[in-house]
Amino acid sequence: MKRLIDLLAGLYALLAYGFIYLPIVVLVLFSFQASRFPLPPFTGPSLRWYGEVLGDAKFTHAMLNSAVLGVVSSAVAVLLGFLAAYGCARMRGGMGNTVRALLIAPLSVSYLIIGMGLVVLFNAVGVPKSLFAVGVGHVVINLPLCFAILYSQMNDNIIRLEQAARDLGAKEWQVLALVVAPVLWPALVASFVLSLTLSWDEFLIAFLLTRFETTLPVEIWTLLRSGLNPKANAIGAIVFGVSVVMVVLAELAIFGRGKKQKS
Amino acid sequence: MSTPVVSISGLSHSYGALTVLHELSLDIGPGEYVVLLGPSGSGKTTLLSILGGFLQPTRGQVLIGGRDCTRMPPARRPTTTVFQDYALFPHMSVGANVAFGPRMNGVNRAERARQARETLALVGLEQAFDKKPHQLSGGQRQRVALARALVMKPKLLLLDEPLGALDLGLRRQMQDELKGIQKRVGTAFVHVTHDQEEAMALADLLLVMQDGRIVDQGDPERVYTRPSTRFSATFMGENTLIEAEVTGVEGSLAMIKTPLGTLRLDRPGARLGKAAITVRPENMRLGAAPAGTVSFGAGTIAESVFQGSYRKAVVQSDSGQHIVLKLAADEPAGIGSRVELHAEPRHVGLLPG
Repeated sequence: MKRLIDLLAGLYALLAYGFIYLPIVVLVLFSFQASRFPLPPFTGPSLRWYGEVLGDAKFTHAMLNSAVLGVVSSAVAVLLGFLAAYGCARMRGGMGNTVRALLIAPLSVSYLIIGMGLVVLFNAVGVPKSLFAVGVGHVVINLPLCFAILYSQMNDNIIRLEQAARDLGAKEWQVLALVVAPVLWPALVASFVLSLTLSWDEFLIAFLLTRFETTLPVEIWTLLRSGLNPKANAIGAIVFGVSVVMVVLAELAIFGRGKKQKS
Repeated sequence: MSTPVVSISGLSHSYGALTVLHELSLDIGPGEYVVLLGPSGSGKTTLLSILGGFLQPTRGQVLIGGRDCTRMPPARRPTTTVFQDYALFPHMSVGANVAFGPRMNGVNRAERARQARETLALVGLEQAFDKKPHQLSGGQRQRVALARALVMKPKLLLLDEPLGALDLGLRRQMQDELKGIQKRVGTAFVHVTHDQEEAMALADLLLVMQDGRIVDQGDPERVYTRPSTRFSATFMGENTLIEAEVTGVEGSLAMIKTPLGTLRLDRPGARLGKAAITVRPENMRLGAAPAGTVSFGAGTIAESVFQGSYRKAVVQSDSGQHIVLKLAADEPAGIGSRVELHAEPRHVGLLPG
């Protein structure tokens, strides 16, 4: 009986993980296809389509756009989130709660709504569709996340370290730069990498707010409109690979440092 | 006393409707080791925070080194604080922690490293210069925190339960070191604790706090043997309190009516009215009162418990009082035996109310 239950549990786990990971496995597998269609039978492995993607200026340019957009918008989101968390940790009572709630609330608004709102707003104030506009959108979606992560780290311990720094003559910027930021370094790295991951493969806002200069996810979408193509698989695999690397970096930043400090 | 380092007058503090300090006034002399002793909620930490500049008092004035510091931020005060959990910067080496204050004051790299080494040597930790705080033991971290505060050459050093996180043995050892360091640097220390033994071992001036008021202050030996309020009589260790009444005062001599008879004690400033007399268990002696001592009458031993280094006994006196005694461990104090009790006058406390 026990063995039957174990067997069923194993089967269930296999199905669940298969459901989650099979599409990705298929995508990556057929990116190594040698023939023209990403359909069985598998004719690879071949790097033909990776060569085509990396040789296509349209894609490498979009990739660069995505990378720059991700790095800049994430840096801005982390900086603003950090300052907001630092300030909010000092606000007591109802006012602080209101500010916190307003900062975190955008997490529950869909990207579609945020994107449409930005389209309308930018149109009204005369900001053209551009990577800059997308950058603003990405700061809007990532700021609440960065704030939430960093605020959760602003504990009494940090507040006491700040007191100690001020007591020893540190000015406010020195408290931030020499004590709070280094102590919160793992959380800062984690929120940066998380923002970067989200910005890197964000499609909706980028689609709504760009025209000619655009990001990688939008290029992929354009490509897919003309039918299945192993090229799309290759780009997808690259996007996925970069995301995985960033998530691993984030985990190392959070858990790696945490382990070292406990010892 | 020479010019005080710290002079507090009319200090009050409230959190909304809750008043945590009531009209406190206090002078601290140069090089004095002041200990604030009290249970939690007595206002001792609030007072320390006000001295450190982390809290601004609702009313009153704080002069440090003759300057009005009441509303001055911590960075600009001639005070530094050793925090309860040390608050060492975890990402910096021990040397960088200690050199942090001089660095903020714009001292150059070589000079501040020299100052940091010198101060670490003072606390016996020069070999830890390059270590990180998490590589040190609790007692060592404590000393780094002390060095980081002392390197600033403050006029007043504030210590918030500095030994609270250490285990008992280490605490006693650190407390001796703390006293030694304080005597060497000659800085005035204000130390908050709820550990009575620590307070008595360290203090030149002991302040007992309760509900936002200083209820007793002075030399720890006096505060312990002859406490001046009921709270300080019972808060610190065991004590016998006997209800009494001051019925007459002639010069410095007080006539005190007690259930054990009338005592005449030299207690300047005694006031007529309800009072209590106190004797610490270790100061109560067995035997008929010799001349010049205070008799506590006769009674029967009701309890006698061997405690290792001493024997604790409770005597039921013939006048109905329970009197606690600390006797030599080998004293033959059998339950039910008849004894007479007396104490030296200097061991008898008189407190009003």
